[in-house]
Amino acid sequence: MAIDSKTSAKALEILAAGYQVSHSKSPAFYDTYERKGDCKHQTHYCPGCGHGVAHKLIAEALADLGLQDKTIFVSPVGCSVFAYYYFDVGNVQLAHGRAPAGATGIKRTCPEAIVISYQGDGDLAAIGTAEIIHAANRGEKITVFFVNNAVYGMTGGQMAPTTMLGQKTTTSPWGRRASNEGFPLHMAELIATLEAPVYVERVALSDNKNIMKARKAVRRALEVQRDGIGFSFVEILSPCPTIWAKDPVQARKWVAEKMIPEYPLAVFKDKAHEAIENRAIPQRSVQDVLEIRAKDDVPLTELPKHSHHAEDLRIKVAGFGGQGVLLLGQLLTEMGMREGLEVSWLPSYGPEMRSGSANCHVCLSQRRIGTPLVTRPDVLIAMNEPSLRKFAAQVAPGGLILYNQEHLPQDLHLPHARVLCIPASEIADKLGSSKAANMVLLGALLEATHCLLPATAEGVLTTKIKKADMLTWNCAALRAGREFMDNLTPDGTITRAH
Amino acid sequence: MSGPDRGNVVINLFECKGCGLCVDSCPPKCLELLPELSASGVHPAQYLGKACTGCGICFYCCPEPGAITVYRLTPPPKSVPPGELHAAAL
Ligand SMILES: Cc1ncc(C[n+]2csc(CCOP(=O)(O)OP(=O)(O)O)c2C)c(N)n1
Ligand code: SF4
Ligand code: SF4
Ligand code: SF4
Repeated sequence: MAIDSKTSAKALEILAAGYQVSHSKSPAFYDTYERKGDCKHQTHYCPGCGHGVAHKLIAEALADLGLQDKTIFVSPVGCSVFAYYYFDVGNVQLAHGRAPAGATGIKRTCPEAIVISYQGDGDLAAIGTAEIIHAANRGEKITVFFVNNAVYGMTGGQMAPTTMLGQKTTTSPWGRRASNEGFPLHMAELIATLEAPVYVERVALSDNKNIMKARKAVRRALEVQRDGIGFSFVEILSPCPTIWAKDPVQARKWVAEKMIPEYPLAVFKDKAHEAIENRAIPQRSVQDVLEIRAKDDVPLTELPKHSHHAEDLRIKVAGFGGQGVLLLGQLLTEMGMREGLEVSWLPSYGPEMRSGSANCHVCLSQRRIGTPLVTRPDVLIAMNEPSLRKFAAQVAPGGLILYNQEHLPQDLHLPHARVLCIPASEIADKLGSSKAANMVLLGALLEATHCLLPATAEGVLTTKIKKADMLTWNCAALRAGREFMDNLTPDGTITRAH
Repeated sequence: MSGPDRGNVVINLFECKGCGLCVDSCPPKCLELLPELSASGVHPAQYLGKACTGCGICFYCCPEPGAITVYRLTPPPKSVPPGELHAAAL
């Protein structure tokens, strides 16, 4: 810790005189703050800023409750954007107002972590209103510390939704008027009206007594999360001496005299000890989800397990709306599911869906999938020329392009990928309907990559397609695609000139 | 005065921002802002040298994580669970 020699000498003297440390910097803070410039021994907050006090209460609680090592702290945009310089925990900083959304994702993927969303009033109650309301309403098991200083501090004192009636700010220079700017938002009360939140309290950093109440509330909120009970929310009325143009002592008094009458301190909700019904999602088998049922003549057998060598495969399917682009993607994911893979399917809808182009993203993976977005496909199935032109460059080097034509357009050179041209629409048309071109391409894909089993494809078609004749020609199209691949002359083979 | 004070307090002059909240909050009024400027260009807080009770109020009122360290002559009376580094101040 940065400390001057005089201070450390004094400390030693006191210890030698038989005293013990009773209150000191929390171990949940870094020793020195690796921030820009040479102020590594001080926070960046203005003298007397409430953020510092709020930080101390949180840090102390994390250390005392033994939660430091499993905490992920989400900093907002606002004066507290740099909280990650101070808290020696896992840190994430998110876009303005989005902290509860990010915290949701973090908590759901790391349920054992203690996830804190720390936000100002501009962040939480203005730009981030939707995020906080929905996170609270979903009952995310996170803790939100909401620092209400009635202004936008960082940007120089604009009006916040929590600015009080009559309060002057740079954007309400004559004082906030209900007729023009609306009434102050009472976030704690609002959150408490929702069904899901379990603990909602408002506290204030106005004086010793209230700071000690805030200390308790911070602990309680973290305990609620530690015990896996549910969403906890603490609104902290906090001085901002700089923007309020008051000295720190006066600013603290202003919290007591002006803010508390508008924002009463209370526990608005505490159902932490009420029984919470188990919200675990029931586990169902893949067979059950996909409605694979035993038929009279065919008993239900174990689905064949995936045996492909690739760890994951990212596929993009693109073409005209009506060519069965989205359906092809769905079939691939359902096949993956049957073979025990992790799968995702992300359709890209647009106004152009009706007659223009459509595409979807498919991930097949042996591991959990981080994002369903496929920006660098291993495989592109281009069902028309515009899609080929649009997406070919995205294909990962060494990837595969399946193109629904006999030849590539003459001007198009795609040396980075393996290109297979299959006149799928023509083949399907000859079999009875050009609509089954997607099945021809599916057959070709399976044959070219062996990424999934043809038997699985037939299994999916059998459960999906109820009409016997349609099933027949879809299966025929699938087979035709595979056969076309089998008969394709591999690159490098020497053929006799005709 | 009977014996030494129950408490003692040290202000880290590097970290103190001179906001004066600790001075304002201390019940026995045993803190002051120094007339001299610190390296950060503020009048930092300082212990007057006697009457500290070790209550910890200044610690919680101070926005800087490590500016104030409070000491007590005897260990806090309440049994402190393992890992609890700071006893409640009030
Ligand atoms: C998307 C976006 N919009 C606007 C801004 C500008 N901006 C930065 S901080 C801030 C308000 C912060 O106020 P508050 O949440 O009350 O935090 P405080 O600084 O008072 O602690 C705004 C509007 C931004 N950074 N990003
Ligand atoms: S502007 Fe206000 S909220 Fe921001 S650091 Fe300064 S006192 Fe704190
Ligand atoms: S511990 Fe209590 S008595 Fe001692 S300086 Fe701080 S506020 Fe004053
Ligand atoms: S409260 Fe902290 S920062 Fe403010 S004067 Fe006292 S020691 Fe310094």
